Amino acid sequence: MATTSIEEVIGHRQHRSAIAWVASRQTFWIFLAAVIACVLLSLATDTFATERNLFNVTRNFAFVGIIALGMTGVIGSGGIDLSVGSSVVLAGIVVGATMAAGYPIFVAMPLAILAALCVGLANGVLIAYAGMPPFVVTLGTLAIARSLAMVLSGNKMIYQFGPDHDLLLELGGGSCLGIANPVYILAILALATGFAFRWTRWGRHLFAIGGNEEAAGMTGIRVARVKLSVYMFSAFTAGITGVLEVGWLGGVTTNLGQSMELAVIAATVIGGANLAGGSGTAFGAVVGAALIEVIRNSLILLGISTFWQGSFVGAFILVAVAIERLRSIRQRD
Amino acid sequence: MRILELRGISKNFGAIHALTDVSFAVDAGEVIGLMGDNGAGKSTLVKIIAGNFSPSTGQILIRGEVRELRSPRDAQHEGIEIVYQDLALCDNLTAAANVFLGRELVRRVAGFPVLDHRAMITRAAKLFAELKSETRPRDLVRRMSGGQRQAVAIARTRLTEPNIVLMDEPTASISVRQIAEVLDLIRRLRDHGIAVILISHRMPDVFAVSDRVVILRRGRLVADKPAGQSSPQEVTGLITGAIETA
Repeated sequence: MATTSIEEVIGHRQHRSAIAWVASRQTFWIFLAAVIACVLLSLATDTFATERNLFNVTRNFAFVGIIALGMTGVIGSGGIDLSVGSSVVLAGIVVGATMAAGYPIFVAMPLAILAALCVGLANGVLIAYAGMPPFVVTLGTLAIARSLAMVLSGNKMIYQFGPDHDLLLELGGGSCLGIANPVYILAILALATGFAFRWTRWGRHLFAIGGNEEAAGMTGIRVARVKLSVYMFSAFTAGITGVLEVGWLGGVTTNLGQSMELAVIAATVIGGANLAGGSGTAFGAVVGAALIEVIRNSLILLGISTFWQGSFVGAFILVAVAIERLRSIRQRD
Repeated sequence: MRILELRGISKNFGAIHALTDVSFAVDAGEVIGLMGDNGAGKSTLVKIIAGNFSPSTGQILIRGEVRELRSPRDAQHEGIEIVYQDLALCDNLTAAANVFLGRELVRRVAGFPVLDHRAMITRAAKLFAELKSETRPRDLVRRMSGGQRQAVAIARTRLTEPNIVLMDEPTASISVRQIAEVLDLIRRLRDHGIAVILISHRMPDVFAVSDRVVILRRGRLVADKPAGQSSPQEVTGLITGAIETA
């Protein structure tokens, strides 16, 4: 033992090989499950592996996936954000109403994201500086943001978006090289978020806070500031999604994003984020969102009633958490 | 060299006298065993040295000069590092990440600060090697033994070339083998010329590493003598009050 050189110690990893490392990641197993589901569906149906269907699947999961990136930051820091669905509708109504009033998209879109960021700011200040519990704070802003969206729109549908109407519809509903535009945005955000989590102080600090908030504070990390930033980031992803979804749907009502927070949290947890905080990856968030969408899609294609969807997604959440639980018990022994 | 000197330190919380006229000095490379019963004023004294509390009266001298420690950051600036009783580690991060937590090494990539994982792992490995600990920088703290956790917490203090390391009950809830490891770590710090103030209830540990024992009873210093000239029996008597002073 005493003869091990410093190079060996530096080079020592938790796992003997790359395969052992990969196999220890929950994300890998979820990814595998998604791939197997896709292969089986391709064999079982002649509709899954069509260009049209794959286009739809990827676009559909992009919306949940984008917010799951923000949610991974929040959950990684030991918090929760229930208000994202309401931030989506608020951003959607703001972009719709502003454009309907004749403003160009480059004014309306930042304004919509700003509206979502205000929700994030309120969450962050109340949680990080006032010390209120995240669950309750974001439950409150969930109700407030949706109600503000109703007030702003008079609870009417908006489907005329002024001079830049076509641009908005193209942004959310269009495609480039056969891939839906929101998928590109998901890819860019996923890469940026993955980088931030792994390679910046911000990422390191947010997972440290999720691991042991008190210890993080004692080392001089500005805990409140980091916590504020994760709620702002989560709201930012919700704001972007709101704008994209309006463009895709071609109209916006105050039902947009209803109970979306549950799908997002499900995707995040299936993707390997621990609700107790301290873990999670950007890749996991995307894979979790993809798996949920593949399940939903497969039920439709296989002719199974969509009423079963909740059971399948719910079962996956439970399985994912159970795997994590089993692993942590085994580690302790 | 005289690293730290306390002169007539008193601390009152309202009508409660937590510390009364406590004076003692610490030299470089000296290990002091600070002992006393619960409520004797040990943690108040530690918090004063750590910059958490200001003394009501009295002076703190660092390398012969009077200094005011208004915050933990001030104390750190003066070369005083603390290893907290609960160690203040993040279980979900690696040993290297914990050593550098809050003072991560970065390199600039196109002007943007990016974590320098390699440099942190290498530096952490060297610190562990200096401490002769088997802790590996890439291991998660969650999977470590109590002794390895101590090594991580102690390695943290070595990042800044400290003059004094305060250790609050480092051997409190770990196994016998790990206690031996921690005591070795303390000797290693001493060998590097660092003064250690060891706060502990465990008599054998204190006598195993301390050069001097300092004993508090009800906020007063009742003994300050070389460990070689004292004994566990005498210390017990001093702590409980069976022996008045020594």
